[in-house]
Amino acid sequence: MSIAREIRPAISLVVLFTLLTGFILPEAFTGAVQLALPSQANGSLLTLNGQVVGSAIIGQNFTSAKYFQPRPSALTGTDAKGNNINTPYDASESGASNMGPASASLLQSVQQRVASYQKAFGPGPVPADAATASGSGLDPDISRANALRQAPAVAAARHLDPAKVMNLVNQMAHRSFLGVVGTDHVNVLKLNLALDALSAR
Amino acid sequence: MQGMLYIALVFALVLGCAFPMGRYMAAIFEGRIKYLAPIENGFYKLAGVDPKREMRWTDYAITLLLLSVIHFLLLYAILRLQYYLPMNPQGIAGMSPRLAFNTAASFATNTNWQAYAPESQISNGAQVFGIVVHMFISAAAGIAVAAAVMRAFLAGGVQTIGNFYVDLTRITLYLLIPISMIAALLLVIAGAPQTFGAFVTAHTLDAGTQTIAIGPVAFQEAIKEFGTNGGGFFNANSAHPFENPNAWTNLLENWLDLVIGFSLPISFGIMLKDKAQGRALMFAMAIILALGCIGTYAAEASGNPLHIAAGVSATGGNMEGKDVRFGIPASVTFNVSATGTSTGAVDSFTDSYMPLGGAVPLFLMQLGEVTPGGVGSGFYTIIVFALLSVFVAGLMVGRTPEYLGKKVQAKEIKLAMLGVLILTLFILAGAGFSLMTKSGLGSLANAGPHGLSEMLYAWSSATENNGSAFAGLSADTPLLDYGLGSAMLFGRFAFLIPVLAIAGSLAAKPKLSASAGTFPTTGPLFIGLLIGVIIILGGLQYLPADTLGPLADQYLLNASKTF
Repeated sequence: MSIAREIRPAISLVVLFTLLTGFILPEAFTGAVQLALPSQANGSLLTLNGQVVGSAIIGQNFTSAKYFQPRPSALTGTDAKGNNINTPYDASESGASNMGPASASLLQSVQQRVASYQKAFGPGPVPADAATASGSGLDPDISRANALRQAPAVAAARHLDPAKVMNLVNQMAHRSFLGVVGTDHVNVLKLNLALDALSAR
Repeated sequence: MQGMLYIALVFALVLGCAFPMGRYMAAIFEGRIKYLAPIENGFYKLAGVDPKREMRWTDYAITLLLLSVIHFLLLYAILRLQYYLPMNPQGIAGMSPRLAFNTAASFATNTNWQAYAPESQISNGAQVFGIVVHMFISAAAGIAVAAAVMRAFLAGGVQTIGNFYVDLTRITLYLLIPISMIAALLLVIAGAPQTFGAFVTAHTLDAGTQTIAIGPVAFQEAIKEFGTNGGGFFNANSAHPFENPNAWTNLLENWLDLVIGFSLPISFGIMLKDKAQGRALMFAMAIILALGCIGTYAAEASGNPLHIAAGVSATGGNMEGKDVRFGIPASVTFNVSATGTSTGAVDSFTDSYMPLGGAVPLFLMQLGEVTPGGVGSGFYTIIVFALLSVFVAGLMVGRTPEYLGKKVQAKEIKLAMLGVLILTLFILAGAGFSLMTKSGLGSLANAGPHGLSEMLYAWSSATENNGSAFAGLSADTPLLDYGLGSAMLFGRFAFLIPVLAIAGSLAAKPKLSASAGTFPTTGPLFIGLLIGVIIILGGLQYLPADTLGPLADQYLLNASKTF
């Protein structure tokens, strides 16, 4: 055989498959789902009073005491002067801390998170998800145990009946399917939106 | 307990589907599926392919290499020029030559190692008409080689093993496109976006704004898993909520990742008209992978003792680098599956796994990725191990070994060992050399034995065409861009070509019928021997290095030593 004879079919197949799987199919697929499933296809955005407040499936940062706190996020960026700073829940990026299990600086962060969590929400072992940074850096959820631990303090900050807030957490909680697929957790943004609605009533 | 049930569920879904899927794939390889014949024949006509032509192994290898080189060059050009190409709403600049080389090598070899952060370093266009096309073609090329190897055992005295162009076209049209389209639709329904629009700005609840990266995610995500590719649309890969919105999509992606790998042995059994042969290979793959999942689950579920001592609840497991919606069992099963295959997708970050939890993915890659391995590559690799197994058994009883009626002689064994040893050389010498350089040491994110694990993992991942990482490693350096890029190319082609040579050599031999003295290659005895050969021949050479990495890490952690 001669390699020269193979050049035409090889190049042609690369071009044909680039047209098919790189242009025609993705364009057609995008057009179809934009028509049929516009909400999901555009990022499941949530709006309040006509303004986009976030995505239903992307976590965002909360620091005020009147809101439930999300998990620690390991995302970092640079400020205007080029210094490294923490940019938790900056959804223009994503990623984890990548610190090893025996990392001294990870242990230090965990100790700090445990201390501030216990100061805010009372003594006792801290739920694992509250003391560790997520994989995506954008984790939209916290465990139900974590949310229930936070509920009394959040209720106090809003002068609400703690039982009402606990109730809300349980109402909004996603349950694992038969204890096998998925976990018991709460979406923090949706929970806080519901909490604002509850306070407004 | 919850974890064991989840692992059992994944295996039941995958192995259950492997039988019908294997039958369907055998029909594709044999040319019995024709529902897209007009498109298929149109492709042949436009490309000047004669679908009736049969190729010798050398022609098969040359056409595959040539197509891969052309496609590699096209992706390199796209990555360098992405700033000037369409679909770049964020105005992302072209990649540097070394990063573009590394990335093009990565996708041309089905590795999907990503030394770049997608959100800021690659345009939508380059992902869609550059990377996604490679996800289809490199996967189809791998499966094509598997089909060619299968044909070597079907009859005696045959000089040809199929037509690469035809195999590539049929596998893409009838297998990869339809199933990944259905999966992509399910992913959109669950929340994975699919848009060519720019990033979204949100006014967050607690004062402030958030820029949300978005793009044509779902389409890429489906073929990323189904073709055992693994290259994420986002930096966080399948941990990102847009790539993997919930526990059900996670299960779907896990299934997509494993199903072709486990179906190929079934296809082989059907084509051989001896289904037990295929099942034996499938069970050997499944047993090793199941042990890996269970071991990693045990390591992660018990949590990090250092953190528990610091006041973290002991019931949650090691959640560093894991997202809440998946939990521990689904996170570890996903990552172990993606390293038992050549996918390398992650839904949680292995760098932060417990040392023994992270050792399992590392070891599964080092075994040569046969559990069930990359699409196609897992199958032809386990065939190499099967040949070595009958050879070892033959040595023990003093008979000329044969596999499926083909005599296995010095030539095949030399080629098989050549393939195995080339990979070992790249992994151990590459990691060792990198750690002797200042640049290599500067890339490490963690100190102590964990740093060695990071580098060892990177070279194992690149050479075995996996693409996952202990992601703390800074991989975009001249040393690692060029070094790992070369490792990916050698790991793919310096193994694939000896395998095609073995196929050519075996195809030409007469097919002997089994006699009383033939070592049976079905049943528990063979499965056990095969697993033993995979672990001893595939894994033993890495044990010294792995001892200094993850094992030392675990011992020191148990002694409360931090770095």
